[in-house]
Amino acid sequence: MTEQAYTPSEMMIVSAARALAGVQTVFVGVGQPNIACNLARHTVAPDLELIYESGVYGAQPARLPLSIGDPTLVTGATSVIPMIDLFALYLQGGLVDVALLGGAQIDRYGNLNTTVIGDYQSPKVRLPGSGGACEIAINARSVYIIMRLSSRAFVEKLDFYTSPGHMEGGDARARANLPGAGPQLVITDMALFDFNNPDCEMQLVSLHPGVTLEAVTEAVGWEVRKAETLAETELPAAEELHLIRYVLDPDGMYR
Amino acid sequence: MKDKRLTMHDAIAEYVRDGQSVAIEGFTAFICFAAGHEIIRQNKRDLTLIRMTPDLIYDQMIAAGVASRLVFSYLGNPGVGSLHCVRRAIEKEIPAPLAIEEYSHFGMVGRYTAGAMNLPFFPLRSYTGSDLPHYNPLIRTVDNPYGEDAIAVVPPLKPDVAIIHAQRADRSGNTQLWGLLGIQKEAAFAASTVIVVVEELVDEDVIRADPNRTLIPGLIVNAVVHEPYGAHPSYVQGYYDRDNSFYLKWDEISRDQAQTEAWLEEWIYGIEDRARYMEKMGEDVVERIAPGKAPAGAIDYGSYT
Repeated sequence: MTEQAYTPSEMMIVSAARALAGVQTVFVGVGQPNIACNLARHTVAPDLELIYESGVYGAQPARLPLSIGDPTLVTGATSVIPMIDLFALYLQGGLVDVALLGGAQIDRYGNLNTTVIGDYQSPKVRLPGSGGACEIAINARSVYIIMRLSSRAFVEKLDFYTSPGHMEGGDARARANLPGAGPQLVITDMALFDFNNPDCEMQLVSLHPGVTLEAVTEAVGWEVRKAETLAETELPAAEELHLIRYVLDPDGMYR
Repeated sequence: MKDKRLTMHDAIAEYVRDGQSVAIEGFTAFICFAAGHEIIRQNKRDLTLIRMTPDLIYDQMIAAGVASRLVFSYLGNPGVGSLHCVRRAIEKEIPAPLAIEEYSHFGMVGRYTAGAMNLPFFPLRSYTGSDLPHYNPLIRTVDNPYGEDAIAVVPPLKPDVAIIHAQRADRSGNTQLWGLLGIQKEAAFAASTVIVVVEELVDEDVIRADPNRTLIPGLIVNAVVHEPYGAHPSYVQGYYDRDNSFYLKWDEISRDQAQTEAWLEEWIYGIEDRARYMEKMGEDVVERIAPGKAPAGAIDYGSYT
C-alpha cells in the first residue's frame, strides 16, 4: 500500500480507534468519532461499550447513525435511559472511561471552544454551543480530542471557553476538583499530540507518514512543544481501511 | 375517565397564549413539528421557546417570528450543520432580535428535573473552567453545606406549556413512549400545561397491559392530540425513520430569509393541517421512512387475583 492510499480523515479515524484499545466504555460523538468507536469495536476493543448522550448505553448501530439520536442506536442496544440518568448516573457517576470531543478552537491546554467565533453578544459566527461537552470534559475519566489541524483552530487564545481541558495548565484541574483527568490525546489529520508533561501542555508526539515537522509547527498557532522523541504514526492497515470503506461508512460521508 | 382529545388546532388555540414559555421536547426523536407548525399558523407571538436542541422546528418558528427568547443547550441541524434561521436572528436580528439563555445539556436536564421536583435549584458537576456562567448569570455556584468545596447550580425550569410527542396514549392522556426517552418526562412534570401528541390512540386496556412503558400519566395531561406523522421530518421509534432528505434540504432553504418565508407560506400558512401536509408530501414519503420490524419479546407481568 502506498502512502496516498488513504485520506487524512481515514488516518484520523484509524488513530482514534487504535487509541481505544483496552477501553471499556466510550462516550461517542457523531461523525468521525462514531466511525472510530465502531472501528475499535471491530478491531482493538471488541468489548467496547458505546454510550451516546441521547441516552443509549451499549449501542450496536446496524447502520452509520445520521445523528447521535438515530433510531438505529436504540434497536439492539443494551439499555435506553432518560437523559437525567445518562448525565447523572453514567457520566457524573464516573462510568465513562473515554470521551471523544472536538471543537472549532483549541488552545495549548486542550480547552475547547464550540460556542462562538468573535464576541458572545454579537458573534461573527454563532456555533452550536456546549451540548453535553462541558460536563463531559469535566467528568469523563479521560478525553480524546479529534480535530483537523489548522492555525484557525489551534489558537493561542480561545474566543470562548466552552469546555475545560487542563484549564491554565499544571495541576489546575486537581485544584478545581474536577473528577476526570482531562485531555490525554489530540488526534489530527497531520499528527498526534499528548499532554504528558508537568505543565499538561499539548506536545507533538507523532507525525503521520509524509507530514513534515515544519508543516505541523506552522499549523499550530503557538510555539508547539515537542516530545523528546518523535514517532511516525503507523499506516492504516488494509483491514482497517476495508472496515471503514465497506462496513462503517459505505457512502463515504466522513472520508 | 376524562376524554381530553382535541384537534391540534383546538389544543394550540386553547393552551398556547402569546408571551408564554413553551417547551416542545424530544431529543432528535419525537419532535412535534405538527404542533410547531400550528403555533406558526395561528400567529402566536412573543413566545419563550425552550428546547435542549432547537432543531429544525425552532429554526422554522423563529424564522416565522413567533419567539422573542430562546432557552437551549445545543444549536444545530443534527448531523447536517447549522441552524441558519436561529443564527440569522442572533447574528443579524432577522426577522427580529432574539434573546438567548444558554446552558449545557446537563444544565437543561437539571433545570427540568428541579422544575418537576419543585426544588429551588439543581446541583451539577459542570461549568468549572467554562465561560458560560459569565454570560448566563442564572448559572451560579453554592458552597457545599457538607464539605469545603462548591458546586454549580441551575434554577428550576417550569414551562407554561410542554408539548410531547409519543407512540400512543389513551383518551385521558396516559402516554406510552419507547425509544430515546430524552427529557420528556421531566419536561411534562415541570410544565403547567401538557399537550400530548400521539401516533395512535389506544384503549385504556392497552396501557394497563404494559404499565412499565407509561412515561407520562394522564394526571398531568391537559390535551391529547391524535396526529399521525406529527413528528415528520424527525422520527418516531418503530413507526417511521427520520426523513433525512428534508434535513439536508432545509440546510439549503434556510440559508436565505426570503426562501425560508416562501417555504413557510407553502408548507404551513398555505396548508390547513397535518393531514394535508402529509398528502402534499406525497405517498412515497411514507414508504421511504417506514422502518423494518424489530419487536420486543413479550414479558409476563403475572396475574395476581
